[in-house]
Amino acid sequence: MDKFTVLTAIAAPLPEENIDTDKIIPARFLKTTKRSGLGVHAFDGMRYRPDGTENPDFVLNREPYRKAEILITYDNLGCGSSREHAPWALLDFGIRCVIAPSFADIFNNNCFKNGILPIALPREVCTELMDDARQGANSRLTVDLARQVIIRPDGREVPFDVDPLRRQLLLEGLDDIGQTLQHEKAITTFEQRRAQAQPWIPHIVLD
Amino acid sequence: MAPRTLFDKIWDSHVVETLPDSTAILYIDRHLVHEVTSPQAFEGLRLSGRRLRHPDATIAVVDHNVPTSDRTQPIEEADSRNQIETLERNVKEFGVPYFPLLSARQGIVHVVGPEQGISLPGMTIVCGDSHTSTHGALGALAFGIGTSEVEHVMATQTILQKPAKNMKVVVEGQVGPGVTAKDIMLAIIGHIGTAGGTGHVIEFAGSAIRELDMAGRMTICNMSIEAGARAGLVAPDETTFEYVRGRPFAPKGEAFDAAVAYWKTLASDEGAHYDRVVELRAEDITPVLTWGTSPETVIPVTGNVADPASEADPSRRAQMQRMLDYMGLEAGQKIAGTPVDVVFIGSCTNSRIEDLRAAASIAAGRRVAHGVRAMIVPGSGIVKAQAEEEGLDKVFVEAGFEWREAGCSMCLGMNPDRLTPGQRCASTSNRNFEGRQGPGGRTHLLSPAMAAAAAVTGTLTDVRELI
Repeated sequence: MDKFTVLTAIAAPLPEENIDTDKIIPARFLKTTKRSGLGVHAFDGMRYRPDGTENPDFVLNREPYRKAEILITYDNLGCGSSREHAPWALLDFGIRCVIAPSFADIFNNNCFKNGILPIALPREVCTELMDDARQGANSRLTVDLARQVIIRPDGREVPFDVDPLRRQLLLEGLDDIGQTLQHEKAITTFEQRRAQAQPWIPHIVLD
Repeated sequence: MAPRTLFDKIWDSHVVETLPDSTAILYIDRHLVHEVTSPQAFEGLRLSGRRLRHPDATIAVVDHNVPTSDRTQPIEEADSRNQIETLERNVKEFGVPYFPLLSARQGIVHVVGPEQGISLPGMTIVCGDSHTSTHGALGALAFGIGTSEVEHVMATQTILQKPAKNMKVVVEGQVGPGVTAKDIMLAIIGHIGTAGGTGHVIEFAGSAIRELDMAGRMTICNMSIEAGARAGLVAPDETTFEYVRGRPFAPKGEAFDAAVAYWKTLASDEGAHYDRVVELRAEDITPVLTWGTSPETVIPVTGNVADPASEADPSRRAQMQRMLDYMGLEAGQKIAGTPVDVVFIGSCTNSRIEDLRAAASIAAGRRVAHGVRAMIVPGSGIVKAQAEEEGLDKVFVEAGFEWREAGCSMCLGMNPDRLTPGQRCASTSNRNFEGRQGPGGRTHLLSPAMAAAAAVTGTLTDVRELI
């Protein structure tokens, strides 16, 4: 996982609520056994017309947003399916930070696991940041994770909250499996205690 | 000790360790694996040289991209075949128990787990699939996870998570004729919205929930995710214990009695704190369906679709209009009488034997309307065999329905069962998102009985007219 420290980038406004993970990456593109290569299908249904050509009205098909690394939407971004292909597709497109009033829980987790920073801010603030984003290529936002602020093009700062443990993992680009395995002794002790207290818990063994 | 909820009790009993910022290392009892969200996780284990900690707490099935037609034929879609073959190599390499395509026990992971007694009350259950919430019907804490978390569970048998907030949805009273668990749950989602449960685990309670059989409770918990919740729960009771008794992987004899004694301690304590309580009256719930491309767009079948003119916020108004355009509906129009092209009865929401019986009771002695394609997709090989033993297959086939093999089928458009652009489908599945059942497809979510009513009349119909 790549570290996330300070990101200065073009932000794309997508003023919709309930953007579901089927919209971010339709199920027919989930038949891969890899994490990479999904960017071309990100937002497939909105991005391409039925004949396969680009829909010129869709924000990510317009300059400068083709190079957007920040995406700003309204409430409940990433609702629906648990597919991690959604953040994989965003990441492969180039998105490193998503900003919305709220995120669906599983999508929120999946973003952190892939080095994408989800930032929850009130709807009015998201609207203001969308207005900033509409000012074009010179209107970049800076996201400083260490300081937990977004710096707007006019220099004003918007503070945000982030879970401390997740912030640390992002700043260092760490894999949390390795971290959990440092607690392996505790896991083993838990298993032994439970096997004594609830010996009826079956093991799944096929004939 | 302060009074605790069902969620609190399951949570507390699975915390291995609490990290300084209140994140818990939570022990996982059951890990369900399928072909679509596991390949990258197995690959991750392989690359890091890690083992799969507990194959005996893991079960794998193929369901998402398998065809539901003739199983003796090879799988035509090369990328689906590759994903299935990849799973088969992985389960072999890591020693994971597996129900292959031709096994009688194959089926949709959320039908198979409870059916086999693999999912049990009081457990923590995860799967790389959001509808893992289904297993909460047993009184288990069950939730969907992403592929990175799948790898984390494989390697550590735990997950990192902060405690959820407690929400209680109470449905008291008795539902009227033609009103099913699906209608109750759609009514709840229509009421609280698709983000209504975000950050919460919802416990479903009240007499209307307690009176449901396990299939109905699974339908309710299944769609907790459509209400944005992390998980859904129903307290285990006699209905639960009788359901579990005798299942292949459930404890037997004295072990079963010991388990039941423990399961009886799980119900929420008197006076336990809920962060939010929502109450609905069962008598107010009618047969319902969705008109739009979000599961919260729920209206009574006797009602009218929404009118964007009534929405003050411009971005919301535009989004409503986009839904109407996508669905091919007019603002404010009556929904009943709208012609359908396809009827899909299946999915982890509604493909159990009880669902098929409900559909068959409407289909019996009637004919699928001219020009309508109607499909019945049982949730598992076991459900299919049971239905055939009861003669339901004959009822459906004589009425003109397709009788198919078990799988996720047309719920999610990643196998050969898909809508074509513009087709309108009455579907017992769980999501009506744009393109969910195939690009350009239009989905109306409803109950199995309502779906059968749509099949035989050729239009969205109030099932009560056919009872």
